[in-house]
Order: sequence, then structure tokens, then C-alpha cells
Amino acid sequence: MSYWIDKHIKWIYPLPAVLFVGLMMVFPIGYTFWLSFHEWSMSNVTPPLWVALENYKALFQDELFRESLWITFYFTVVAVAIQMVLGILLALLMNAQIIGKGLVKTLFLLPMIATPVAVGLVWVLIYEPNVGVANIFLQALGLPVQEWLASPDLVLPSLILIDVWEWTPLIALIVLAGLVTLPKDPYEAAIVDGASRWQVFWNITLPLLKPTIYSAVLLRLIDALKTFDIIYATTNGGPGTSSQTLNIYGYVLGFQYFQIGKASALLMVFFAIVLSLSILVIVLRKKAGASL
Amino acid sequence: MNKQKKMAVKTILTNISVYLILFIFILPFLWMILASFKNQQQILDTSNLFVFTPNFENYVSVFTQYAFMDFIVNSFLVAAASTFFGLLLGLPAAYAIAKYKQSGLGLLILIARIVPGISFLIPWFIIFSRLELIDTYTALTLSHMLVTMPFIIWVMIPFFESLPGELEESARIDGCTTTGAFIRVILPISGPGIVTASILAFIFSWNNFMFSLILAGEQTKTLPIAIFNFLSYSEINWGGLMAASVIITLPVLIIALFMQRFIIAGLTGGAVKG
Repeated sequence: MSYWIDKHIKWIYPLPAVLFVGLMMVFPIGYTFWLSFHEWSMSNVTPPLWVALENYKALFQDELFRESLWITFYFTVVAVAIQMVLGILLALLMNAQIIGKGLVKTLFLLPMIATPVAVGLVWVLIYEPNVGVANIFLQALGLPVQEWLASPDLVLPSLILIDVWEWTPLIALIVLAGLVTLPKDPYEAAIVDGASRWQVFWNITLPLLKPTIYSAVLLRLIDALKTFDIIYATTNGGPGTSSQTLNIYGYVLGFQYFQIGKASALLMVFFAIVLSLSILVIVLRKKAGASL
Repeated sequence: MNKQKKMAVKTILTNISVYLILFIFILPFLWMILASFKNQQQILDTSNLFVFTPNFENYVSVFTQYAFMDFIVNSFLVAAASTFFGLLLGLPAAYAIAKYKQSGLGLLILIARIVPGISFLIPWFIIFSRLELIDTYTALTLSHMLVTMPFIIWVMIPFFESLPGELEESARIDGCTTTGAFIRVILPISGPGIVTASILAFIFSWNNFMFSLILAGEQTKTLPIAIFNFLSYSEINWGGLMAASVIITLPVLIIALFMQRFIIAGLTGGAVKG
């Protein structure tokens, strides 16, 4: 018996994990795919009705869907771009003799490991128009107060600020870890050649960090696209639908309006977007790594 | 001498900037703690932000009025169970994937980490309803395991790859089966990797909101859901909400203080290794 196990260990060891992923992920996604061709309101009396591509047609004619597509991309791209720039700058600052570096790093971990719902609700209090510290701060500077999360124009920038606050330290820590592994030789050569600090950063540090930065971007892009907790807890897609990302719209369609078919169609589109983006970035990263 | 002075000034300036930025980043937490010691009146009075008589009413009411002890227990049980079973399934899988270079399986696990959780939320709700498993620890643990297990495998594959192959060989020569070698030789020296994977898996489950939102009920309500429910009262009890937020953040903060090295390794490892 144990000999048999030993011989087939290559398959026996991963089997429970693979079965689990199959049952809990692959099968449900297949189920969602199946539901996306049906009309159903989760009722026990009326079974799902086959409607072919009607849900997808309805989806692409839906103004709210197009809006949520745009909101998702806007939120993701702007948030990740800002946190990449700030994160790299912070890493460069921290790549020096910092007193109590261990504790500094620990405290920088807090925004990303604290429970998103809890910090989201802390931000609701910070942004609260009447008693929130954000407006008190603006008043102290003599600036006009804002509605923040309650304003259709300001809600996305406000959410982006939360995301930047949450994830900039992660980028900084990733880049910092990457900086430590860089070879010393190119820097010595550059100093001998009398290169300026900016030249050193632009021509040596940044190219050497390219694989690390690509990985960080991949990680953040995928996670930012899927942002749910913070948005659901702070605005639930509002005011109106001003911050309704694909994720939130899918949830609202499925669990608030019980339009299971249309929600499933949306979730399949969302699934395809996340997956193809991931593949794209992985391929790009391999290319960048190969050219180094 | 002059150059040394210049360097010293530069170091001081860098330190000041880093600490200033750090202060800005932890400001929301300081705000949360401050507000958790204020009553509703003190929070609504914006003329006095910092001068007030602190009180513990919010913390008392969170436990007496809102039964937070139950939610803490629920969150802890689900996080512990989903981490334990995640390890049970994940460790052997990661070992086999690393040892036999099964990149196809590795890809499946990567996809499990990438796929948006919401794309299987509707089927989960339907299936778990049919099985009458809504509002049970079973459903919550199973769902959270889809977060913990792929993460554990993802952290452990590079770790197992870095172990020298002779270790297992020599154990086998001593008469161990592969499983015996895995349990008696490989796992004991994999402590740091397992600690990294477990801590973060636990935190991810502790923080999970979306899955619990659908699958938890009155019996199994976890902390994130309980905190979110504060919003549904007609007037938001800000002090209570902030006290609850402090309570949910505290364990994570304590883990971070003692396990900082492991957490950073787990969160940044994959990216740097490339």
C-alpha cells in the first residue's frame, strides 16, 4: 500500500487540493456560465429558462454596464498608477539608514493588513461632510468643504485615495526588497563616470528593477480590478451609480435584484477581463525579463 | 569632513521625511482609536477634536449590547479552520508541484488566486442553500479555504523548491517512505515557510468580507459583517463603530508587530523573486 502511494505520489499529493479547486471554483464558474444563458430569479417554483444570448445582448445595451466598465478601469488605472509612483519614491527614501526600520516597516504594513471593511468605515467617518476630519482640515486651510463620498464627482477620487493609502506601502516594500538584491557593480561604475543621481536612477536602478515593478503592477492591477470590500462598505456603488464598479454591479444585480441570468453574464465578462489581463501582463513580464 | 557632514544632514532629512510619511499613513488608525474613546456627542462636536474626557463606554457596549464576543469567536474559528485545512491540502500539493515541476497544476493554483471571487458567488449561494449549509461553519470554512489554500500553495512552492533534494533522498535511504520523509524531514525544516503562509492565510480569512456576506447568518456572523451592520442603524453609532474597528484590527496589529518579517516575506516574496 505505502509502496503504491510512493509510486504515485506525484498525483496523490496534489489530488485533494485539485479536487477542492475543481469543486469549489471550476464547477461553480461553469455553473455561472450556464446560468448566463438563462433567465431566473432564484425562485424555487420557476426553474431557469433558456434564453440563449439574450442576457449578453441586454448587458451590452445596458447604459449602467458600460458606465460600470468605465468606472472600473478608471479606478484601477488611476489608483495603481499613483501608488506605483509613490511606492517607488517611498522605497527609495526607505533604502537608507532609517532609525527603527523594523518598526517603521511594521507600521507601514497596517493599511494593507487591517480589515478592509473596518478601515473603510473609518474612512466614512473621516469623509463625513459635517463631522469628518477631512472637511475640518479643509476649513483650517480656508478651503471650501466637500461632500467627498456623497458627491458624484468626488466619490471616485475619494475612493482612489483610500486605495492609494491602503496599497502604496505594499509597492514600497516590494520595491525595497528588490532594491536590496540589486548588484553593486553598475553603481560603482556610474560613480566613477560621474553620473548624476537622476541618471543613476533612470539608467541603472529602474531598468534593474523592471521585473520587480512588472510583478508589483500585475499584482495590484488584478487586485484593484476586483476591489469590493472598500467600495461596498463605503458607498455601495453610490451616490446613485457613480462608484458602481463591475464587481459591485454584479453583486447588486445578483443579490439585490435577483436578475441571476444577467448578473451571471456580467460576471462571465468580468471573469474574462481579469483573466485576459493577467495573461497579458504575465506575457509582457516574461518578455521584459528575457530582454534583460 | 564636509562630505561627512553633508551625508549626516542627508540621513537626518531622509529620516524626517520617512517618519512624516509614516505619520500620514497611520493617521486614520490614530483617528479610529481617538474616536473609539469618545461618545456620540463628543464626536459630533467638531470644535473640540483633541480635548475630551475619554471613556470606555463604547467598548463596554460593543460587548454587552452587540454581543461582539460571539463574532470574535466565529471569526477566529473560521480563520483557524480554513488555515488548518488549507495547510492540510496545500502543503502536500505544493511539495509535489515543486518536486515534480508540475507547472500545469501551478498554473491552476495561480488562476485560483486571480479569479474574482464574485464569479462563483451565485452558484455557491444556490448550492449551499440546497445543502442547507447557509449560516454554518462548514460553508464559511469551505469558502474561506478557497482563499487560504491557493495562497499557502503559492507561498510554499518556491520554498520547497529551495530545499536541497538530497534531504529527502537520505531519509529514503534510512528506510522512510516519501510520505514519512515529507512528514519527518521536510515539514520540520519548513517552519519559516509554513509560518509565513499560515499567518497571512489566517489574516486573509479574518478580513474576508464578501464570502461571509453571502454565507454567514445570525449563528455564524463574523466580525467584518458585524461591523458592517453598524451602518444599517438609523443613526450611525460612530463611537461603537470605531471601538469595534479597533477590536477587529488589534489581533492583526499584534501579529504584525511580532511577525513582521514573515508577513513582508509572504506579501512581497513572489514579486521580488519574479
